[in-house]
Amino acid sequence: MKALSWMLTHPWRVVGSVVMILGLYSTWIRFTQGLGATTNLSDDFPWGMWIAVDVMSGVMLAAGGFTVSALVYIFQIKRWQPVARPAVLTAFIGYVLVGGGVFFDIGHSFKIWHPLVMWNHHSVMWEVGWCVTLYTSVLAMEFLTFVFEKLEKVKLARIFHHLTFPLTIAAVLLSMLHQSSLGSLFLLVPGRLDPLWYSRLLPFLFFISAIGVGLTMTIVESTLSARAFGRCIEGPLLQSVGKVAAWVIGFYLILRMGDVIARGAYTELWPVDRAAVFFLVEIVIGVIIPLIIFAYPSLRQNTRYLYHAAQLTVLGFVINRLNVGITGFEVIKGKIYTPSWMEVSITLMMLTIGVTGFNLACRYLPIFQTEAEDHERLQSWSRWVKQITTTSPHAPKTTKERS
Amino acid sequence: MKALLYDINLCIGCEACVDACKEHNELPEEPRDKLCATNFTHLVDVGDDEFYRRICMHCVDPACVSACPVGALEKTPEGPVTYDYDKCIGCRYCMVACPFSVPRYEWDTTTPHVRKCEMCKDLTLKGEQTACAAACPTGATAFGEREELLAEAWKRISADPDSYAHHVFGEEEVGGTCVLMIGPKEVLDVAFDKDLPDEALPERTWAVMSRIPAAVGIVGVGLVGVNWIIRRRMALATENTGMVNEHGTNEKNDHEEDLR
Repeated sequence: MKALSWMLTHPWRVVGSVVMILGLYSTWIRFTQGLGATTNLSDDFPWGMWIAVDVMSGVMLAAGGFTVSALVYIFQIKRWQPVARPAVLTAFIGYVLVGGGVFFDIGHSFKIWHPLVMWNHHSVMWEVGWCVTLYTSVLAMEFLTFVFEKLEKVKLARIFHHLTFPLTIAAVLLSMLHQSSLGSLFLLVPGRLDPLWYSRLLPFLFFISAIGVGLTMTIVESTLSARAFGRCIEGPLLQSVGKVAAWVIGFYLILRMGDVIARGAYTELWPVDRAAVFFLVEIVIGVIIPLIIFAYPSLRQNTRYLYHAAQLTVLGFVINRLNVGITGFEVIKGKIYTPSWMEVSITLMMLTIGVTGFNLACRYLPIFQTEAEDHERLQSWSRWVKQITTTSPHAPKTTKERS
Repeated sequence: MKALLYDINLCIGCEACVDACKEHNELPEEPRDKLCATNFTHLVDVGDDEFYRRICMHCVDPACVSACPVGALEKTPEGPVTYDYDKCIGCRYCMVACPFSVPRYEWDTTTPHVRKCEMCKDLTLKGEQTACAAACPTGATAFGEREELLAEAWKRISADPDSYAHHVFGEEEVGGTCVLMIGPKEVLDVAFDKDLPDEALPERTWAVMSRIPAAVGIVGVGLVGVNWIIRRRMALATENTGMVNEHGTNEKNDHEEDLR
């Protein structure tokens, strides 16, 4: 009864609870009856919503983790420090959920570890599997830094602080590999993927768009968490994130359009058919409108415009991944794939777990603070630890008061 | 390398190959008009008593084999592309990758196999012919060495250029296949995508995969180098302006100066 009344206290809690119940039912069907009973996947569409949304879009949305930490810890742009931790947290949660998505999607979920042992180094999928595994471990270590700080494990926190730089280098390298490789997966399918999306540049396009979306996701999550936790928005900081995002998606637009023109694929745009509509939606929503808002200082200084532009970028590039994974195949096959309600419910369940996890972590872990504060705290802890260990051997273990 | 030669002009559409395949692979009678998890070959009726056969093409450099993350699919030196269920994780990238849309999946079970023709591997790896070739009453499906079958195919084409297209499908396409098909141009055009490249598809992904070690090295060294330069310049700037590190430590990344 208590749980029920808690669920009904807020409209989002009601939605989240319904999603979780439906998702858990679908999970039961998935693991007792198989993919056929759960999904609308078929021999015509062996990949569907879980690959395009949970995996391809999930990995892209989590790209803020490596992008922002590279700017802060490698390029030393310290002003961006406040968004680094939320970005790493988003990435960690994102990758755990990507792993969950793969677990649901593959036919033999409990053989998910096979690629780590059975190697085929010609396979892009094998490389993606390895990189995602390693990068999730890197993110887990970065996440542990927050946990050790919270638990006031001074020594461990220090060790992990010293690991930040090598971990960031590893994060950038691993991300570069698997973000682009999700595009390389489709290099094998010329003629089966519509020319509006099939390109030899797919790996580059995937990597650059991941950087752009990683940055705009930072704007989205900072704005949302500022609202949720009643903090003030780091306006000038988010504007400069928007400005950098403008450069990145501007470069993407040039590359994408240049590629479509150079390959002659633009002829597919007329007459306007299903493929052309999806292509235009993806470009206009994800790139052109946000680019205009990010590029003009007078527009991006409006927090609301900045936030909506960031949302549009995220939405547009999720549509791009759906187009590469689904629409581009539908057009060539002349058949349509629509996800079943159970597929949708499991994707929404993942999203709910992610949002809840982010919320809880922000509440209980040191996510929103500057490195100066961290440093200060570590210093004072180490002084404190030194004091109690040298003067009083029977000092209580945890007595620290927090304001 | 062993191969099959399928001659559209000799095929009478009797489906003896389908029956033999069903029997050899212990598959149910139905369905027999499409590729699926319980049917590995079928005949497509294109009218005028003409048929063409669909079957795994057993590519020389197969996209599915390069796609498989665990090496469950294997191109044997003898010719057949084989499948190992114990390795397979069920990612279905092979199904996405196959240029002929051949591999099928057992969707209605919790222990699904990828299913397709394995060129009767139990027979062909011993040097015997496939069940379908043995059953064919007209010799439309013939089993043998790929080189010999290619020569035979061209012999038939040059002997009767009016009823055969001047083309052996599978000689060049996607780097060559171990199922070769000959017949009238109209039927071959219907049966296969004309835009298939002659280049083996795995070369496209290998072009990227093979550059990964170098890319990791260059970018890794580059990032460390850039970071070193930036820190060095920041340290020098601190010295020159006489700024004192606020924590009194020698950690260089403490000061808040914005580079941009």
